[in-house]
Amino acid sequence: MVTIFGKPLILLYGQLTLGLINGAFYALLSLGLAVIFGLLNIINFTHGALFMLGAFTTWALLNYAGIGYWPSLILAPIIIGALGLVIERVLIKRIAGLDHLYGLLLTFGLSLIIEGLMRNRFGSSGVPYEIPSVLQGATNLGFMVLPRYRAWVVVAAVVMCFFTWLLIEKTRLGATLRAATENAPLVQAFGVNVPRLVTLTYGGGVALAAFAGVLAAPMNSVNPNMGSNLIVVVFAVVVIGGMGSILGSILTGFGLGIIEGLTKVYYPEGSATVIFVVMALVLLLRPAGLFGRAT
Amino acid sequence: MAEPMLQVRDLHAWYGESHILHGIDFDVAEGEVVTLLGRNGAGKTTTLRSIMGLVSRRTGSIRYRGAEIIGERSDLIARRGIALCPEERGIFASLSVAENLVLPPVVAPGGLDLATLHTLFPNLQERSRSQGTRLSGGEQQMLAIARILRTGARLLLLDEPTEGLAPVIVQQIGHTIAEIKARGFTVLLVEQNFRFASTVADRYYVVEHGRVIDMIPNAQLEANMDKLHQYLGV
Ligand SMILES: Nc1ncnc2c1ncn2[C@@H]1O[C@H](COP(=O)(O)OP(=O)(O)OP(=O)(O)O)[C@@H](O)[C@H]1O
Ligand SMILES: [Mg+2]
Repeated sequence: MVTIFGKPLILLYGQLTLGLINGAFYALLSLGLAVIFGLLNIINFTHGALFMLGAFTTWALLNYAGIGYWPSLILAPIIIGALGLVIERVLIKRIAGLDHLYGLLLTFGLSLIIEGLMRNRFGSSGVPYEIPSVLQGATNLGFMVLPRYRAWVVVAAVVMCFFTWLLIEKTRLGATLRAATENAPLVQAFGVNVPRLVTLTYGGGVALAAFAGVLAAPMNSVNPNMGSNLIVVVFAVVVIGGMGSILGSILTGFGLGIIEGLTKVYYPEGSATVIFVVMALVLLLRPAGLFGRAT
Repeated sequence: MAEPMLQVRDLHAWYGESHILHGIDFDVAEGEVVTLLGRNGAGKTTTLRSIMGLVSRRTGSIRYRGAEIIGERSDLIARRGIALCPEERGIFASLSVAENLVLPPVVAPGGLDLATLHTLFPNLQERSRSQGTRLSGGEQQMLAIARILRTGARLLLLDEPTEGLAPVIVQQIGHTIAEIKARGFTVLLVEQNFRFASTVADRYYVVEHGRVIDMIPNAQLEANMDKLHQYLGV
């Protein structure tokens, strides 16, 4: 049997794939958080709950409307993104400009309400969602057997991250967004409707979370806790990458997923904590985060 | 007589609890270059920011082309055709020079096109891919002026465009202001350097402690030199 540092290669590949998958979710979620934080200056604790609602919307579209996975990949982000627009307009707008703490409490409270309601309705164990038929099964790559759905998740996340990056870094709308992140009053004084840009940005960040939720729906059960389990790690990812950095959140997301996977191979006991250890180290050595600009 | 393009009456403004402007009055007619002079802290920048809607608490009257704009949101004020070149220049670090240049949306037809701007400011074309804040101070100032000339705004508020710049660049900015005046733009200029201002301005208002205390037409500048020196403490 081929081994590397005393571990079977098969095990290594398997955990690396799992790491990449986790990394895909970290990247998608922290990307949305970074965009929202950059412009709104709030730490969106509702992100995990909206990710979960993305998965439930996928389930509901199938079970109540007969709409399958592929249309849901577009519909669920639109539906939850629209919910995000409402949340921003009705709630978050009112605390704009106040201390971070208000935004944190508001969005945290909101996530508790959303999760509580979903738990009441669906229970904690959740509901199943099938992998779409073309993505069922696995492909034998010779050196390992790769479940097709997992490969798809990684590809979809990479593509989505790439297009988000393109939108923000290479388009006119993105330039306006970056400028407003630096100095919103001046951008508004140039004639840009910044309040509307803020609302749309929140909706966009939330839609990314919902997109991740659709990807996650067929992986385990669709359940009310799936967001809160993930979001704690995602916040660590955001801190490590540097609050508000777009490329930083993408690279850090995937990178930490891989590190987590490797830890599972070489020191399984540490796999649940390795990200937080990295976070502590980064906070000590580079408080602005790996990709963050010190302010 | 028709109403002036910009009419400011009894303008008061506050930052938090501090009452900064105590009743500013002045007019700017279409096509004029009008300069606000005054010592540091007199309230010149605050006056421009109040016109642009960037000071949250302000009272009195600011009329632009006959419409009251004092309570309006700053993006709507901009869309009426007023543009600000801020004192700190406001070049965005996360945007390239080219992106900075086209950031302000076009609010009306009649702005200068990119080709004209590049003839006026050749440096901006050469450095169009650099990060905005990598430009020299003079180049950043040109960028800050150029980007508001593109938008079709007809009233330009320029806050100390020559501050801290070398004489040759000050001269170039003087030419630019003369050029935009010739093209029919209206300019409200804040300057400490009235030698520079005298090359472009039609009239001066002197601001002190948040009030306008005097108005001097350019033709009477020489006759009022002593008085001005006294106002400005130079
Ligand atoms: N953001 C702010 N918060 C509180 N006070 C401010 C603020 N900005 C300016 N001030 C105060 O308002 C007064 C007027 O400032 P302003 O910037 O309008 O002066 P100015 O005439 O433009 O001066 P300068 O020639 O130095 O640019 C000053 O006393 C200043 O300290
Ligand atoms: Mg000033």
